[in-house]
Amino acid sequence: MREGEVRIPSGCAIAGIFARDGKRINGRTIRDSIAVMHERSNGLGGGYAGYGIYPQYKEYYAMHIFYDDMAAREECERYLDAAFDIINLSKIPTRPNPNITDAPLIWRYFVTPLPHRLSDSLLDEEEYVVRTVIRLNNSIKGCYVFSCGKNMGVFKAVGYPEDVADFYRLEEYEGYSWTAHGRYPTNTPGWWGGSHPFALLDLSVVHNGEISSYDANRRAVEMYGYSCNLLTDTEVITYILDYLKRRVHLTLEESASVIAAPFWNTISLKGEEEGKRLAYLRKMFSEFLVTGPFSILVGFGGGMMALNDRLKLRSLVVGEKDRTVYFASEEAAIREIAPDLDSIFSPKGGEPVIVHLDEGVRA
Amino acid sequence: MEIINAKGMDQGDLCALIKKERHLDIEIRNCCGQRYIGCGMKKTRINIIGTPGNALGAFLDGASITVDGNAEDAVGDTMNCGSIFIDGSVGDAAGYAMRGGKIFVHGNAGYRAGVNMKAYKDKSPLLVIGGKAGSFLGEYLAGGTIIVLGLHNPKNTPLTGYFCGNGMYNGKIYLRTTERPIGLSKHLLMNKVGEEEKETILRPVIMEFAAAFKEDPEKILKADFIAVEPDPENRYRELYAAI
Repeated sequence: MREGEVRIPSGCAIAGIFARDGKRINGRTIRDSIAVMHERSNGLGGGYAGYGIYPQYKEYYAMHIFYDDMAAREECERYLDAAFDIINLSKIPTRPNPNITDAPLIWRYFVTPLPHRLSDSLLDEEEYVVRTVIRLNNSIKGCYVFSCGKNMGVFKAVGYPEDVADFYRLEEYEGYSWTAHGRYPTNTPGWWGGSHPFALLDLSVVHNGEISSYDANRRAVEMYGYSCNLLTDTEVITYILDYLKRRVHLTLEESASVIAAPFWNTISLKGEEEGKRLAYLRKMFSEFLVTGPFSILVGFGGGMMALNDRLKLRSLVVGEKDRTVYFASEEAAIREIAPDLDSIFSPKGGEPVIVHLDEGVRA
Repeated sequence: MEIINAKGMDQGDLCALIKKERHLDIEIRNCCGQRYIGCGMKKTRINIIGTPGNALGAFLDGASITVDGNAEDAVGDTMNCGSIFIDGSVGDAAGYAMRGGKIFVHGNAGYRAGVNMKAYKDKSPLLVIGGKAGSFLGEYLAGGTIIVLGLHNPKNTPLTGYFCGNGMYNGKIYLRTTERPIGLSKHLLMNKVGEEEKETILRPVIMEFAAAFKEDPEKILKADFIAVEPDPENRYRELYAAI
């Protein structure tokens, strides 16, 4: 059974860790954090995004791909070979776990665009990669590129997040930034591609909530060449943020004011200048307003953003200890890995919390 | 007193263990995210060290709960009677739909504190927030009392967020400030609290709050309070209040 075939009317868990000083955090730590919120998921999806995990290949795009069968793999590899220089390819190492079943073939490729193909395309490098990924996902049956950024990677499956970490041997990875998701699919049955995080280039999103505006948002991003084929609403947030950030060059703060635009009467209570700015963003990018309850964590190279919907219909807590910032749906998930925090607070609805690596720190 | 070490314990096991205890005095240590603690309980005194999970004291029916630290979302969800003291802050929707009993929070409350609280026969719920409250404080309030004290607020920022009392049609919200809540609805009235009301209604509550959290009651009572309640001449008439 695939997503989209059945609708199940009904929470999720998200967690993140970000070391501003670039300290390398073991994948086990994020697993321990998300595992506290076991009750928020139902075993139909779990996943992680790690940043800084491939230092030896940091100049190359790391493609993580699910294949339904060998035929899909052969077809995809023919395509990849024609578009990219493949530096390294292998199965992603996994460990059998009794709770993780029906695994697809899971492969990883470190690639760089073939110079002549890239120059012939008249595209910049990132756009070239994005178009290739969209094309692969759209045209090859049984092939899903679910991660394609530099020095980062997504690991996801159908199962509880703690089992997913065990399956992917997450303790063998270390990075300065991690996000995690435990899924409780509310509209659809859940499948491997539909688990979170959803990623494009180095941008990844984990999401707790449900997007009421999904179809309006989907139609809008499809106008700009994206294609929603993973059949989970969260996917569209990834494409909206990629579009606003990479193509329109909005800042993250501005992007947050677009997707979680304040109510008109809240805008009217802001000062003149701030009111004008918010009104402009809301009018100019109205089709990217995301309604319905959500809390999201957005990972990107060198930073992380946390954001709630404007009504704050989902919980989100942010804690800090020294130079490390912790995010989670519930405080307990933070206390599990950092019992003594310097500070802890809940962000307001629609107001992003954005963290970056300290100046001079290299991912 | 019976001590339960909740380290790594499943929420179902923990709740079953608490219910099975014959002791009327329980201390839970190393609590980390277990939900529904004290759910529906009538007599027991429960002291919690750590971070209890969502729906702490849901449907509470007479028991008393104290937490040495923060609590998460939906503290006292639909509680009927009893008391909850949080020596820290609480997440969203504290006191959601409670119809009796009292919740005292030393620190801040998240969004929607006291949403849809109601009074029932001889019962009238009480929610006291020592710090500040998030947006939608007392949304759809149908009865009972909410008090926000704004203590430990050195920058003197507003005590409430947006949409304070939105859709409220009964009950009362007291705020220890003279500032009008941001964007207060035209369906709501705001009045300064007089000395008599302060002495009879607020003083006993503040005394209890101050004794529990070691604050100075006179210092709290010295400041001015305002009260927000529905305008009897101009009630909300629609099912869902617009925002």
